[in-house]
Amino acid sequence: MMRAPRWTLGVAGALAAAALAACKLDARNDYLGDKDPRHFDLGHPVSAAEIAPLDIDVSPDGAGLPAGSGTPEQGASIYASACASCHGANGEGKAPAYPQLVGGPKGGNVDFDADYKVPRTIGNYWPYATTLYGYIRRAMPLTAPGSLTPDQTYAVTAYLLNREGIVPAGATLDAKSLTAVQMPAKNRFVTDDRRGSTGGKNTR
Amino acid sequence: MDHKQITRRSLIAGAAAAAGGVLLDNLPAAAQQGTAAAPAAAAAPAAAPPVAPDDPTKIPGTPTTAVGERSPFFTPKRAPVGEITGTSLSPIQDFAGTLTPSDLHFTRIHAGVPLIDPTKHRLLIHGLVDRPLEFTVDDLKRFPATTRVHFVECSGNGRAAYRTPKPDMTPQQVDGMFSTSEWTGVALSTLLHETGVKAEAKWFLAEGGDACKLARSIPIAKAHDDALVVWAQNGEPIRPEQGFPLRLLLPGYEGNSNVKWLRRIKLGTAPFMTRWETSKYTDPLPDGKIRQFSFEMDAKSIITSPAYPNKLSGPGWWPVSGLAWSGRGRISRVDVSTDGGKSWSNAELITPLASKAPVRFQFLWNWTGNESLLMSRAVDDQGYTQPSMAQLKAARGPGTDYHFNSVRGWRVARDGSVTFEANT
Repeated sequence: MMRAPRWTLGVAGALAAAALAACKLDARNDYLGDKDPRHFDLGHPVSAAEIAPLDIDVSPDGAGLPAGSGTPEQGASIYASACASCHGANGEGKAPAYPQLVGGPKGGNVDFDADYKVPRTIGNYWPYATTLYGYIRRAMPLTAPGSLTPDQTYAVTAYLLNREGIVPAGATLDAKSLTAVQMPAKNRFVTDDRRGSTGGKNTR
Repeated sequence: MDHKQITRRSLIAGAAAAAGGVLLDNLPAAAQQGTAAAPAAAAAPAAAPPVAPDDPTKIPGTPTTAVGERSPFFTPKRAPVGEITGTSLSPIQDFAGTLTPSDLHFTRIHAGVPLIDPTKHRLLIHGLVDRPLEFTVDDLKRFPATTRVHFVECSGNGRAAYRTPKPDMTPQQVDGMFSTSEWTGVALSTLLHETGVKAEAKWFLAEGGDACKLARSIPIAKAHDDALVVWAQNGEPIRPEQGFPLRLLLPGYEGNSNVKWLRRIKLGTAPFMTRWETSKYTDPLPDGKIRQFSFEMDAKSIITSPAYPNKLSGPGWWPVSGLAWSGRGRISRVDVSTDGGKSWSNAELITPLASKAPVRFQFLWNWTGNESLLMSRAVDDQGYTQPSMAQLKAARGPGTDYHFNSVRGWRVARDGSVTFEANT
């Protein structure tokens, strides 16, 4: 792997190491070159058990959702104590830092581009219900992120989805039922299409 | 209350001493008494420029210091301050060249600036890799380093000027979520070479170590292209507000995806659909679609001088100076108009051109004293021309949320006063 000039071979100790390093640099004609190691072996292996507590992301297919469950009714009291101080008693938010969560125009066809004042809420804008769980788990409440249990997080998620008319009262949300929730705005989302047929030359 | 008084008084005394012994007697009485009615701003008189000697060559100057400070005659500031979930805008009108002084880089934070011990910080790379690995900051510094100049622009930059323009907006208020640094780090592709990448990996999640654990999904192609994991900014460790000790640097991509305080990268088959790529940082369009993963920042420019609140003292030569950049490549040309877009001239590009880095442009203007409307328009090496406000509004709608790159103007009145003009 480490090709050294022939004359360094046989020189012992620290001198050899220093000479080897210097010659390797000198012998290099381009950026990494074919003389560089394929691997630097500088990282440290990590076990699945070490990864698990950091592995907090949740995907639309439900991957990452923990065991547990909650209902809108359970979520109402958790919302009142943990969320309402910033987002308001009815999820109306406090601009600009604390977004309105619920209570915007309903449905999957709300006209957002014409007026920025039209509230973009969970029910009319968020494409995946799993995002709601994932975000609460990650970041909320602002003053004590990570303090809600999985059951409490499911319950607050259920409460907000119920306020938007997406899950019925009494519904129990868990990993399976949350993944199955269809959000009204889902089909509106498209991956960046600015390049498209114009080759990125025109504003789209 | 007594405790508060002592604290405030000693703070003021300390500030006064630091400013070179400004007389406490000059402070407002309320500040000296430390009453609740005295906000921190009451100490502002202490920041007034000192009186310089008539002839500084006749007395010795001040001694060496451990850390240098700006001249007391130059006091640029970010604004606003005190936000936990918000933005502090960079005073882009106060700079020359293209680099932003690190302590004035714009700040966008979602859950405050974390205090991170670099010896305890780790970067984990896992998911669809052959070997999940964890790196210390010191480990990363042993890889081959890359140093490049790149801008970071919040994709919401220019929002207020687009939606609610006012004549008395400064460049800082118009476009202050834009900063440029020389970044040093290791190519993400080098790290992924260490872990190995499974063939089915198409996206990676980048996650920060702040209190909201901000996370974005990025196409794996960007990792193989030019993504960096950086630890240095302008020759020193990254500032805490910019991600100390590690940040993801995605040249040309919207600021939010350049995840600060980077602690985890997870490779997957599909986007993870975090809040910051669904509910936010997406673009509702007139055709009813909502565009997401619109990472590249399209070509844009802004004249930083003259601008509000400048006032030209009279007719004559005035340099029209500004910045132009593109997230897709190099700037190839900047046009300047002094007549509101009726005619355009080539500006001089006075700094080196680099991909996904800004250039400083300059146009020497001989002002006759008539009312004028100054505009700049950037063209990049992909053939893209910065649109007018009318073109951008037609494409995106007035309610769109991000990527505000329209041509903006500065109106110069006959008395030399300069005001902002958004409609182009």
